Order: sequence, then structure tokens, then C-alpha cells
Amino acid sequence: MSLRTPLGQAKCLGSAKKGFHHWWAQRVTAVALIPLTIWFAYKVAVLSMSDYQTVSESIGSPWSAALIVSLIVAAFYHAALGMQVIYEDYVSNKAVRIAAIMATNLLLFLLATAATIAVLRIALGG
Amino acid sequence: MAEFTLPKNSVVQEGKVYSAPEGATNPQEVHVYRWDPDSGENPRVDVYNIDLDSCGPMVLDAIIKIKDEVDPTLTFRRSCREGICGSCSMNINGSNTLACTKDIGDIDGPIKIYPLPHMPVVKDLVPDLTHFYAQYASIKPWIQSTTPPPPDKERLQSKQDRAQLDGLYECILCACCSTSCPSYWWNGDRYLGPAILLQAYRWLVDSRDENAGERLDELEDPFKLYRCHTIMNCTETCPKGLNPAKAIAEIKKLLIERKIA
Repeated sequence: MSLRTPLGQAKCLGSAKKGFHHWWAQRVTAVALIPLTIWFAYKVAVLSMSDYQTVSESIGSPWSAALIVSLIVAAFYHAALGMQVIYEDYVSNKAVRIAAIMATNLLLFLLATAATIAVLRIALGG
Repeated sequence: MAEFTLPKNSVVQEGKVYSAPEGATNPQEVHVYRWDPDSGENPRVDVYNIDLDSCGPMVLDAIIKIKDEVDPTLTFRRSCREGICGSCSMNINGSNTLACTKDIGDIDGPIKIYPLPHMPVVKDLVPDLTHFYAQYASIKPWIQSTTPPPPDKERLQSKQDRAQLDGLYECILCACCSTSCPSYWWNGDRYLGPAILLQAYRWLVDSRDENAGERLDELEDPFKLYRCHTIMNCTETCPKGLNPAKAIAEIKKLLIERKIA
């Protein structure tokens, strides 16, 4: 029960004056992921029967490594943006929502870093 | 969490059945959601059997007939009976629409009538639209300009500028679109919803308005605007044939234009 006016409740804390970047970055990464995913699927299919030496040489070549790292960054960034939207849509408890967004972002950041380091180790000969 | 099941006291139960009058030549079954806040009972669905041969052609005619001849306690909003006031918006056989422009002939089987989805119910088919109207007020739906109007005439608008408002000015704020939108169901406290965003766009593109920048500032918000995920229920259900989803997309395009292009 609140005696605040309906307009006061509707205006609430006002506009965040942000949200464009989140929405736009989600679209940009989505577009980038189309060619990157197709290329990566093709790469995996071609290399699926090869031995360890051939695969690491192919992945470690400068362009392949650059494209795979781009794929990793775009995919994990896209996932973080998308998961946040899903939490905002469906989790109404604010504390749970913020905790879920933080945990997901930290986990995705860790996974992206680990994946990038793995590719760099192959590319730079770790 | 978003609620996917009804709370215990909102579970809809079977109600009374009213049989058709003797000698009915064209019987029609009408299921109507009933809830009386004073009774302390759960909502129920009453079944009325009416004779279409002594009834007008629209669903609203059937509801008025029931109130007049069968059950005067049935509560609903109606006014113009010609699709311009937006009072009789309700959920008819699964879609939000205006009872006064919904032809009974287009419905196969029983007519099933519920109030607009996911809104607090005042009684029977009357939803509480207080928050919806407050959200409308929050976008300042009037001309804002610093330049004073000419002293001896109205603010002029070219034919092309006026054409920008076509497909927007026809909105009658019946709330069919907003209450069909899952994003509005889950986050209606903050998300403005398709009807209010269409109205916001109507003022953004009005050539006489000088406050587009401030209007965009107010709209750019993860909840007020960006809860729209182009689900398109709004456009699908609009009884006036408008396209709120496109209006929302146009607002997003204006923000791109302001930031990037």
C-alpha cells in the first residue's frame, strides 16, 4: 500500500539515460558472430580428421588465431549482454537479479580469458 | 521471478450456467470471467446461453444483452460502440480486442471473454488501468515548444509533416497491445509498453514539437524502452490495425541516429 500518486509511481526514479550501448553492442556482436561462427564451423570440420601437429599449426597461424580470439570475444560479450537481458526480464527480486548478473559476467569473463590464453599459447608457442 | 502460475486466490473456477431461453432459434454459448471483490470468492467463469436471433452482431451486443436480460450484475466498460473510445477492450477467445468491433460471426464455438491479461481486476471485465494512464502522462503527451505560437493563427504543419502522424494518431489507448506484451506483463511497472511508446513516437515526430532531444533522453532506459524484444504481439492484436512494434523500432532508430549516424 502506497499513497504515492500514480504519476509518481510511473516516473519512479526517472530515466537511466543509457541502454542504447547495451542494445547496440548486442546487435553488432550478433552480426559479427554470423561470419565468425560459419568460418569456425568450417575450420573444425576441415580439421576434424587431422593430427595434433596439423591442428595446432593451423590454429596457431596469425589469421586463424586472430579470428578465433575475435570469435571468443564476440561470443562471450554477446552472451553476457544477452544473459543480463534475460535476468532483467524474468528475475524480479532485485538482489537476486544483481547477484545473477554479476556472477554470470565474472564467469563469462573468466571463460573468455581462459579461452583466449589457450589460443595465444598455441599461436605464440607456450 | 516472473509469475507463470496464478496465485491461489486468482485460480479461475467453474461458475453458474444459464440455459438458453425457451424457443431460442440460434443459441450461442458465451463464457464470461466473473470476479466480485466484495464476495471474497475466487474468480469464476459463468456460461450464458443466449439467442443470437434477438441479438446485435458484435460481441459487445451479446454482453449488453446478457446484462439487460439475464444477469444485471455483470460489470464491464463500454461507451461509443464503434471502436473509437477504447472502453470495451477485453480478451475475446484468446486475443485482446474491442468487443464492439469484434463480429460474433468470426468466432467458432463458444465465445470466451476475459478481462485484459495481467492487469489488476476491479470487477468482472473491468481492469485497473491507473498505472497505464500514469505512464501515458509521464511521456508528456502534448506539444512542447519554446517558440510561442503565432498570435493570430495556429501552428502550421506541411502536408508531409502531417503525414508522419498517420498510423499513430489513430491510437485510442485501449491498452490491448500493452496487455498482450509479455515484457509488459513481467516488467510493466517500469517498461512503458507498446501503447505508450507509440504515443511517445507520435510526439517525437510531430513537426511542431521542439523537445525531441529531451523526449529521447527520457526514453533511453533499459526498462522504459529496451524491454521491447520485438515479440510483435502488439501489432498482431491492435484492433485499429496499427503497428506499435514499428513505432518502437523507429524510436530505437532515432537513438542510433543521435549516437552514431
